[in-house]
Amino acid sequence: MGSWSAIAGGERHVFDGLPHLLAAASPRRSGDELAGLAAASDAQRVAARFALADLPLRAFLNEAVVPYEADEVTRLILDTHDAAAFAPIAHLTVGGLRDWLLSHEADAAALAAISPGLTPEMAAAVSKLMRNQDLITVARKRRVVTAFRSTLGQEGRLATRLQPNHPTDDPRGIAASTLDGLLNGSGDAVIGVNPATDSVPNAMALLRMLDELRARYDIPTQTCVLTHVTNAIEIMRRGAPVDLVFQSVAGTEGANRGFGVDLAILREARDAALALGRAGPSGEVMYFETGQGSALSAEAHHGVDQQTLEARAYAVCRAFRPLLVNTVVGFIGPEYLYDGKQIIRAGLEDHFCGKLLGLPMGVDVCYTNHAEADGDDMDGLMTLLAVAGVHFLICVPGADDIMLNYQSLSFHDVLALRSMLGLRPAPEFEAWLARMGIAGPNGAIHPPELASSRLMQLAQEAGARG
Amino acid sequence: MADAPVQDPWARLRAATRARIGLGLTGDALPLREVLDFQMAHALARDAVHTPLDGKALEAALRPHPVLHARSMAPDRSTYLRRPDLGRRLSPESLDLSEGASCDVAFVLADGLSATAVQRHAAPVFHACLERLAGWRIAPAVIATQARVALGDEIGARLGARLVAVLIGERPGLSVPDSLGIYLTYEPRTGRRDSERNCISNIHAAGGLAPELAAAKLAWLMREALARKLTGTGLKDDVEAAGLTVPTPKVLEP
Repeated sequence: MGSWSAIAGGERHVFDGLPHLLAAASPRRSGDELAGLAAASDAQRVAARFALADLPLRAFLNEAVVPYEADEVTRLILDTHDAAAFAPIAHLTVGGLRDWLLSHEADAAALAAISPGLTPEMAAAVSKLMRNQDLITVARKRRVVTAFRSTLGQEGRLATRLQPNHPTDDPRGIAASTLDGLLNGSGDAVIGVNPATDSVPNAMALLRMLDELRARYDIPTQTCVLTHVTNAIEIMRRGAPVDLVFQSVAGTEGANRGFGVDLAILREARDAALALGRAGPSGEVMYFETGQGSALSAEAHHGVDQQTLEARAYAVCRAFRPLLVNTVVGFIGPEYLYDGKQIIRAGLEDHFCGKLLGLPMGVDVCYTNHAEADGDDMDGLMTLLAVAGVHFLICVPGADDIMLNYQSLSFHDVLALRSMLGLRPAPEFEAWLARMGIAGPNGAIHPPELASSRLMQLAQEAGARG
Repeated sequence: MADAPVQDPWARLRAATRARIGLGLTGDALPLREVLDFQMAHALARDAVHTPLDGKALEAALRPHPVLHARSMAPDRSTYLRRPDLGRRLSPESLDLSEGASCDVAFVLADGLSATAVQRHAAPVFHACLERLAGWRIAPAVIATQARVALGDEIGARLGARLVAVLIGERPGLSVPDSLGIYLTYEPRTGRRDSERNCISNIHAAGGLAPELAAAKLAWLMREALARKLTGTGLKDDVEAAGLTVPTPKVLEP
């Protein structure tokens, strides 16, 4: 175990072991304080950053923050590390990497080339030395393009997950929210519903309803019912139309066990989804959600700070070539991210680390009612992420998720972002919106009461059936 | 336009969901009325989290049953929100309990994340449940503040209770800021896991479970728990195996 020290503010600060150094250097957040890992003072935090800046990147290949023998995520990280991709930056310190990432020399191609050579711990470490501005600047340079029926992540595009949740999984209620989203130009990344009841028959009923809607109107997007991966395997076995296999994942083997998964079961699910032959040639059939604090919540954090563990979750994600990944940044509650400031910082860190490691990184910009945050904080975070080139954002009707009882973004928020920043939906979906008469020639959404689209007819039919 | 004018198709779709659909647009933004409605819902939820429990008023509502007051080791709301561990531990000086007493059941009325929920719905559930527990030895009701569910374990143990029922304010949502939950634990003691509890949730007046029904369900669960000497997933499995059903929806622990 290494030991590092820095003299700062007239005092000598000593950090024993990489976990201690990383945790102390991490921006302040309630989850690290709850775990007893946070810096003891603001001065100690900055002293840790001085020490971290001088740490050679190679140190992360020599000392695992979670023991190799005890954790399959560590084994995945170290066993799949790409030494050739690492070679161009192998001489750098963490501080040197920060400066290089910001340099003009580190363009999109250079950043893509080093991705397989970076471990999540390196990404987490360098993020701790970066201001919010730095996180945005570098993430913006790193485009990750994925494709299924829609092509996601291209320059100048901003996609959305349409999240039409309903407290009792009423298919009519879910269809109503889906229509609302489509009519507001949302849903190009995925139409993805969180089921209130996590059962195989329920998920199959919802999948069939969503797939029928998608097929009937030839919507160039994917559908997903976010049920547990073991359910998804059973659902595929029974022949229901699964586009994407979903799973929540975390950065340690223990925390993943808390989610009821391991790498083997994820591999099995991916193979089953590929065998359905629904995906495009790139074989991107996985959808993962993550979020800082999940390992501590599962009592499987190994004394490592929550942001470093979150980056390790991305190593799990990237092993399965996902179409979509998002952090559910403000969902977990104030004991992990206390207020708007902490949520915004964590959202930018997660997006940056995910992108740097090569993931199609989206964000659920969100908060709960017991956090010190509100819609103004979300306006800030969504704008920062859109500038940073986020892959996709999650939207629900009126920003109010009536099943999960938290607030995400509304469809309107993304319309505003697209119009403020000149961003457009995924190309296939953009063409569909025009074809359906939902958007005008300039891309602006027609107010629903003026739209004469076929979808509005469907809305009327659905209403009449009720 | 070729099609007939649309007569607000949202009106009937809204019957299918409480979701905020068909809100309209001004430019790309929500109309002001919708913005203010949302802000009001959020304000009510925030107030439910931060308004302190009025212990005196609740004590009056529980009469003639005797009442004790307790608080957790979280000194204030801000600490409570950051430190769930402190909300699960009893403040040593807060409750003068005579150890060694014994009773069948102890009721703990805990603020949780919505004191408003406890203030409104706990007393009616409590009284309705007592009516169904004739002959039971029932401890004084404990009103607990800055409390999490697991605080009931220590309180129940100190009261020598075979069962503890924690009536607690659930995490407020925008549509319902005052939803009450009940967690029932057999042989309460520090370290009980959530899987060792049974939960009745969504007790509120906006289409939720009515207090009378919640009380009936709770009394039924209590009898089964004492008869089978357990609560939690084991009790749920047992009663289901016996062909009985009691819905125990899973919710986030406040």
